[in-house]
Amino acid sequence: MDVMTSWLHYRVGNYGLCYNLFMQQKTPTKHRGKDKNYLTLFTSTLMLSAFTFGGGYVIVPLMRKRFVEELGWITEQEMLDIICIAQSAPGPIAVNSSLLVGYRLRGFAGAMVTLLGTVLPPLVSITVIAYFYEIVRANQIAAAALYGMQAGIAAIIADVVLTMGSNIVKGRNWGDYLIMGGAFVAALIAGISVSYIILACGVIGAVRFLWQNRRREKELT
Amino acid sequence: MLYLQLFLSFVKIGVLSFGGGYAVLPLIQEEIVRNQHWLTASEYIDVLTISQMTPGPIAINAASFVGTKMAGIPGSIVATAGCVTPSAIIISFLAWFYFKYRNQGLLQGIMSGLRPAVVALIAVAGYSLIITALWGSQAELLLSNLDWQALAILAGSFVLLRAKLIKPIAAILLSGAAGVLIHFLGN
Repeated sequence: MDVMTSWLHYRVGNYGLCYNLFMQQKTPTKHRGKDKNYLTLFTSTLMLSAFTFGGGYVIVPLMRKRFVEELGWITEQEMLDIICIAQSAPGPIAVNSSLLVGYRLRGFAGAMVTLLGTVLPPLVSITVIAYFYEIVRANQIAAAALYGMQAGIAAIIADVVLTMGSNIVKGRNWGDYLIMGGAFVAALIAGISVSYIILACGVIGAVRFLWQNRRREKELT
Repeated sequence: MLYLQLFLSFVKIGVLSFGGGYAVLPLIQEEIVRNQHWLTASEYIDVLTISQMTPGPIAINAASFVGTKMAGIPGSIVATAGCVTPSAIIISFLAWFYFKYRNQGLLQGIMSGLRPAVVALIAVAGYSLIITALWGSQAELLLSNLDWQALAILAGSFVLLRAKLIKPIAAILLSGAAGVLIHFLGN
């Protein structure tokens, strides 16, 4: 994370709000105790989203820094709860966690404000890129770069799968092995739709939870 | 009609994308490439590549890209709105429920069943990405029509990533540079 922060500092430099957002210690109390107003909520999530590249969990520590440390609007424990719910619900973690921050601070209206702040940067940048995509694709050098990048992204996915897979294997849970193997065979060989596999595995997880709960209660009595 | 189709396709993706990050890959691939034919396999990988270099989650990037390609700026807005609508509804409900009861054991149970499945589904999506990167759109996967240059870039990036020598964004940029280098060496 330190690398990311220093990189961001390098990127955004000394420019007002970005500076407040990403620099440690320098301006820690400027906004502290300030009104939980919509504008700060909006600009905070907008800036967080604009400087989070690649999606995924990168935004979580940045969000924690902004809302817990700098603004002091959310407690450490609440932030952990928020990350926990954001992970358990469908949808991107970045969108879910900012919705929750907004909801926690200003109810449903707050959630809509943070949603807008989070969605605008990718929406605008990708729409612009999509307009130029065909032109860029037709350029030989750009096409060569994209050709190399296709192999690069394949390597990234392979790396991600290996890391996630070995985490499951380390769990030493035969049920998990069965679900993972079953889902793989169902999707690749049987060609079953991804939606059905996700729904089925969610149901299996729920049934497993209820069954384990019941057994635990029996052991207690 | 196209707007409604865009909206509903991304609502479907939004509802089913549990697990965050790369978990959405197999869903987008199935809905956008295989069912609707809005992107080719190769264009889809380009979107993933762009997504690594721009802000925001993959799902939103894909929605904005596909929306723009199919129906311009209104399409982009409609598809992106579709992508986040399920999150907004489900999260509002969960937040209300959670801050009231602070108990979501069953939800954790559902997640415990989904986590291994999501890994398997990303693996399947990754498999077809690798096939597309190495063989393009050729029907037959033979050693003779394998793209050795792509394989070299893939293997090199993979080793550097595994050894944690570079971050994903650096891997993308290096691979792009390697592609350009090969292009000039080939001429």
